[in-house]
Amino acid sequence: MIKIKNLSVKYQGKNKDTLALDNLNININTGDIYTFIGPSGCGKSTFLYVLSGILKDYSGSISIDGKTINPKTQRIGLVLQNYGLLPWKNVLSNIMLGIKIKNDKPVLDEYGRYILKQLGIDNLLDRYPRELSGGQQQRVAIARAFILKPDLLLMDEPFSALDAITREEIQELFLNIWKKNQVTTVFITHSVDEALYLGSKIVVFSPSPGRVLKVLDNPCFKLDNLRFRDEYYSMSMELRKIVSRG
Amino acid sequence: MITKVLSKSKWQGSLYSFVVIISLWHLISLLLNLPIVPSPLTVFANIIEIFTAKIEIHVFYSLSRIIKGIAISIFLGVPLGFLMGYFNKIDRLFSPLVYFTYPIPKIALLPIIMVLFGLGEASKLIMIVLIVIFQIIITSRDAVRDIPQETFRSLQSLGASRLQIFTEIILPASLSEVLTATRLALGTAISILFFTEIFGTEYGMGYFIMDSWMRVNYLDMYSGIVILSFMGFCIFVAIDIAEKYICSWK
Repeated sequence: MIKIKNLSVKYQGKNKDTLALDNLNININTGDIYTFIGPSGCGKSTFLYVLSGILKDYSGSISIDGKTINPKTQRIGLVLQNYGLLPWKNVLSNIMLGIKIKNDKPVLDEYGRYILKQLGIDNLLDRYPRELSGGQQQRVAIARAFILKPDLLLMDEPFSALDAITREEIQELFLNIWKKNQVTTVFITHSVDEALYLGSKIVVFSPSPGRVLKVLDNPCFKLDNLRFRDEYYSMSMELRKIVSRG
Repeated sequence: MITKVLSKSKWQGSLYSFVVIISLWHLISLLLNLPIVPSPLTVFANIIEIFTAKIEIHVFYSLSRIIKGIAISIFLGVPLGFLMGYFNKIDRLFSPLVYFTYPIPKIALLPIIMVLFGLGEASKLIMIVLIVIFQIIITSRDAVRDIPQETFRSLQSLGASRLQIFTEIILPASLSEVLTATRLALGTAISILFFTEIFGTEYGMGYFIMDSWMRVNYLDMYSGIVILSFMGFCIFVAIDIAEKYICSWK
């Protein structure tokens, strides 16, 4: 369980400080995907940077299974909108980067090979990122995160730069892999559709400064052919109402 | 890999420039018909004749001075530039000094350097380093600064140490720019080399060219100029190949 208590983040401006996150309280159950949705500028990304240990200037407390969050001791997988691959490393080295930093042996084991095969990138290992399409780069980033076997997987609008067809394809692919390796996941999105499709729980953020408006159980999660069902439609309407009310 | 580096078009380009320059030179020598502008053909014939006996040793001295000078500049300049680019505090300390001293024509300090460090090798190397190092410091610093913040995110979230961030990101991200700066610095280094070799030495291409000039041996003088230019070209191409090889991901 990830416990977040009274989390506030202030950005120092020229004249005054701006509050990005205002007294956030939420518990994230182990082995669930939480999709966080809210208007742009509501502090979703700030929240993710705090969880990933990039932003250290916050008040309040965050703990994973009772231990204070710390990227040095915990394994945190991060997948970003711009993929976060290093252009001077080929696909294999990029994928092994997480493991290498954690001082494990950077060799591809059976699990690793399985993930690569699932993502359909097992034949691209010696390519460089610039030689890949956006969708392929994002698959590499996802592979890197899963191969790390993280305690917590963080995803910051990872599919929003992809075209619609690739996006749906990769959402499904991600969900398939996730179902077989149920990593606790925080998934930031601004798309209602994506929040419904990928989240077992949906957290709605208020406009800036970010507060948790509502945490919803998502009845649609794990339904097959979700996008063609009535439940999806009605849930989507409900969610849209909550988001737009602010 | 090698075939990619030594691409056909590049060789054709070099060959083309060579032919154009030599033809122009030949044309001028025919038009002027003076001993101060000998024909390139006689110069090349002269090079073949005297290279091992007279020029080789000078090439060796000049080459070693250039390589040492650039190596010292990289060895000192790149780490300082990296530190300045990564740590704001260090940048605030050194930047004003670098900016203030960069535009000073350091070749004017040659007499002082010679008085302080003698007429030998030390003052020649110091002169090259003094002039070349600034370009390398500034380029290294800017290269580190230009790395987008997002590039660091993945490693930060993995809890990477400073050393890991350095070896995985800073070094590979800025290597290509450092090599470009080195290539540019090379031109400057050769001019300074020539200047410093006029004094206090009997070895080096600078000495050879000036000595031939004094002895009114224009053929030898031209041979020296051609060899010095060729030497510069070779190092230039070597760095070019190194860059293509090391930065093959680009």
